[in-house]
Amino acid sequence: MKGLFLAVAGLTAVFLSSAIAADKLDPSCGGCHALAKPTDTSLERLLTRKGPDLWFAGSKFNKEWLVSWLQDPKPIRPAGYPYFKNIKKGAKHDEIDQSKIAAHPKLKKADAEATAEALMALKAPADLVPAGAFKGDMKGSRMGGLAFIKFRGCVACHQGENGEGGLSGPRLTDAGARLQPDFIAAYTSDPQRFDPHIWMPTSNLKDLDVQRLTAFLVQLGQGGK
Amino acid sequence: MKTQMLAAIAGLGLLLASSTSHADQSIEQIYGVYCVQCHGLQRNGTGINVPALSVKPRDHTEAKGMGDTPDDELFKAIKEGGLAVNKSVLMPTWGRVLSEDQIKGLVKYLRQVCKCGK
Repeated sequence: MKGLFLAVAGLTAVFLSSAIAADKLDPSCGGCHALAKPTDTSLERLLTRKGPDLWFAGSKFNKEWLVSWLQDPKPIRPAGYPYFKNIKKGAKHDEIDQSKIAAHPKLKKADAEATAEALMALKAPADLVPAGAFKGDMKGSRMGGLAFIKFRGCVACHQGENGEGGLSGPRLTDAGARLQPDFIAAYTSDPQRFDPHIWMPTSNLKDLDVQRLTAFLVQLGQGGK
Repeated sequence: MKTQMLAAIAGLGLLLASSTSHADQSIEQIYGVYCVQCHGLQRNGTGINVPALSVKPRDHTEAKGMGDTPDDELFKAIKEGGLAVNKSVLMPTWGRVLSEDQIKGLVKYLRQVCKCGK
């Protein structure tokens, strides 16, 4: 019973610290994004969402990218969010219904900096995005590129190098500029730990695959570094 | 006391999101979230991702091809992915996202879509 109380107390502390960080954000952000870990983990919630969850934004994004993107928010997901609400039948295949995609608000520099600061305070629990999840070996990026395009089929849903790829997932052409390496590794290993019903499946990848894919994605959008 | 304990555990379970509720989702809704990205709104392999795919997704309305595929193979393809049934890696593994009952429901739904059975 004591353990149960401790667990509740621990969880409460995590929620409170997230709540304080979330309070610093413009309340309108919460209209489309979850700024605290949702208690509703049902598929219905996914169906009614207007934007991706941001309760782990501080462990996901690079701050510099956030500041820049918030001032000039070009779409990350070609078909918007969620993709399945913004598609229509086309002559040869389904197409994006651009009329259904709302543009993200554009912020002034000072607001973008303050928002990025507050978002960076929304950290994922350490066991969700462990420090060192990506071991930092960039030599695997070439094999990661092959896995992305061929062996693991990531390209079916994500645009990678040169913007080539599917449209239902977020564009990864600039993944290295946008995302933290440890997040890429953790999310790629098990997207359902972040989002139980998300339409990116867990592919049972070996750690070597995850490391190579992460290395490939980290160098995307970083000028070939 | 026992009831309170159970309620607390249930609440914690929700907070931790460690277990996924698979309560009575409409199978069509599930198809519309996960399958439609490649198999398409018309269920005929013409999803939004098709231009990026080197292998055309299965046309679920095609009675011949679907009719020749037994239920257990469809189940395995959904749960373990295309490679598990000697098909394309582009068909991913949905076994960590969908429950066995949901996958069984999808197999049943596919039989309605193709108007065929095996």
